[in-house]
Amino acid sequence: MEKPSALVRIAKVVAIAIIVTLMLYPFAYVILASLTPPGETLRFGLIPSDWTLDAYRSVLAGRIIPRALMVSVGITVVGTVLSVGFTTMLAFGLTRTKDIPGSKGVLYVVLFTMLFGAGLIPNFILVKELGLLNSYWSLILPGLISAFNMLVVRNFFMQIPAELTDSARIDGASDRQVFVRIMLPLSKAVIAVIALFYAVGYWNAFFNALIYIQDTSKWPIQLVLNTYAVQGSPISSIENPNAAGSVTPHAIQMAIVVLATLPILCVYPFAQRFFTKGVLTGAIKG
Amino acid sequence: MSEPSSLQGQAHAEPAEARAVLGQDPATPPVPSAEAGAKQPAPFLRRLANAIHHHPWMYAFILPGLAFFVLFHYVPLLGNVIAFQDYSPYLGVIGSRWVGLQNFAAIFRDPEIINAITNTLIISFLQLVFAFPAPIALAIFLNSLLSERIKRWIQTVVYLPHFLSWVIVIALWQQVLGGAGSLANGLSLLGIENVNLMSDPSFFKVLVVLQVIWKDVGWGTIIFFAAISTISAELYESAAVDGAGSWRRIWHVTLPGLLPVTVMLLILQLGNVLTVGFEQLLLQQPAVGAGAAQVIDTFVYYRGIAGGDWGVSTAVGLIKGVVGTVLVLGANRLAKRLGTDGLF
Repeated sequence: MEKPSALVRIAKVVAIAIIVTLMLYPFAYVILASLTPPGETLRFGLIPSDWTLDAYRSVLAGRIIPRALMVSVGITVVGTVLSVGFTTMLAFGLTRTKDIPGSKGVLYVVLFTMLFGAGLIPNFILVKELGLLNSYWSLILPGLISAFNMLVVRNFFMQIPAELTDSARIDGASDRQVFVRIMLPLSKAVIAVIALFYAVGYWNAFFNALIYIQDTSKWPIQLVLNTYAVQGSPISSIENPNAAGSVTPHAIQMAIVVLATLPILCVYPFAQRFFTKGVLTGAIKG
Repeated sequence: MSEPSSLQGQAHAEPAEARAVLGQDPATPPVPSAEAGAKQPAPFLRRLANAIHHHPWMYAFILPGLAFFVLFHYVPLLGNVIAFQDYSPYLGVIGSRWVGLQNFAAIFRDPEIINAITNTLIISFLQLVFAFPAPIALAIFLNSLLSERIKRWIQTVVYLPHFLSWVIVIALWQQVLGGAGSLANGLSLLGIENVNLMSDPSFFKVLVVLQVIWKDVGWGTIIFFAAISTISAELYESAAVDGAGSWRRIWHVTLPGLLPVTVMLLILQLGNVLTVGFEQLLLQQPAVGAGAAQVIDTFVYYRGIAGGDWGVSTAVGLIKGVVGTVLVLGANRLAKRLGTDGLF
């Protein structure tokens, strides 16, 4: 295609600059604010002349934030492992609807849940009746398998050539061996994507924790973040009286925001290449 | 965004392919028992027992998943009976008194629910008009960039907010638009004081839509990129040969190529007309008040879980679920009648 005119090129560069600034400015501001010592003020992206990690030291020396981070890490790790395991198992179980009687019915049972959800209150009552209130399992079990993720994996499994599994079966491999030795190793990309989806979901879980976990000592990081950084409960009361004066409450709030965002920022670049190319678009295109 | 794309995916293919994607042979009817009766002589249960004997692992893989969906999706579905009860947690579903349609009648006498429905519909409408087309525009724009490297780099940036929780998004936005945020600080240098867009009820609905666009516009482009990549390059070339400039090529080639995907997403969006960002609204309601920020989902939460009015809030949730499903099915029908593939 012909080269665009100079005017169009300039307009595109300006548009890119605006888009990138709008997306990244809040991150930059929050990170800079968390590093700003008392007495310095950040105005409109002005970089402070001095910076300090005191806010992070203060937050991490306290009790509440490290504990909430540990709770979230635990839920994320355990939840992601279980979710990926049960999702891939179900997806594999539903790949051969012709020779596995009943599996097509199960597929419809799953698909219907995408069309009609039960609603907030019945779900809450169920979790309560199961005795899961105030249990970390209330943050994992109700969302153990996402129908969408299951379909993405199943699509992927079904695109794996049948010859590969057939020859293994002729050699006497059981369905379990076919699953573990052939399907899973060939599906690393799709597993990486759904693992990311699940992990992000568990890490970000807010509402489930709000209604199911009444014991504040069991709160995951999102609830703590909401209390101190969004609703603005006074921060000094929670932590480290020694640090008072050397850091501003605002820097502490911003440090909590950064700590809650950090795991996502760390994992994201590694997983990102999978969904721009390949897996997800492949699944979307069917 | 992730939920819709699945249904989207199956629908984007030709109908026969779509069924193949679901593992459903076009020739066989969906219900297993019917299939057994029609084609195979062996009754379903005997075939099942036989298959369990030969493929025990396949059933072992299916069983936990099936148990999960039954327990956490179908049991709550039955739990909706409390919409017809004067439910009390102490008496339980079995022991609570049946009140017929009383809870449903109570809904329509409640001024708060009218406010919640109005807010929901206004926000939904604004999202349909502004947030829905935003990823299409961004995808077309990014697609027009010639450098693959820059394109990929911008994609990395614009996908990122999708992965943040609403708590983090709102914390970030507060720092920019809130009372002590950059905007307020900047304006105070110009002598304009006390600007807090985060707690201004009259600005709130616009704010909600802006937040949704910020968080998900990038992620939303993925599906449109996939669709753009399926448009044949020959179409662009022949359009260029016919003298069409880049705008005309977008209008006559790209947009028609995106139409099937757009129709799909629109159908799904219609099904979600009564669902507007629950956590997003819940988190910001303390700052702007219920007048501007109460939507159907937050009403159900405050009435039911926080307020203990179980029957009425379940009834609201049930109506919402039914209306959403009817809208998806209706929109799907309409899309098919208008000559597109529809969703399923």
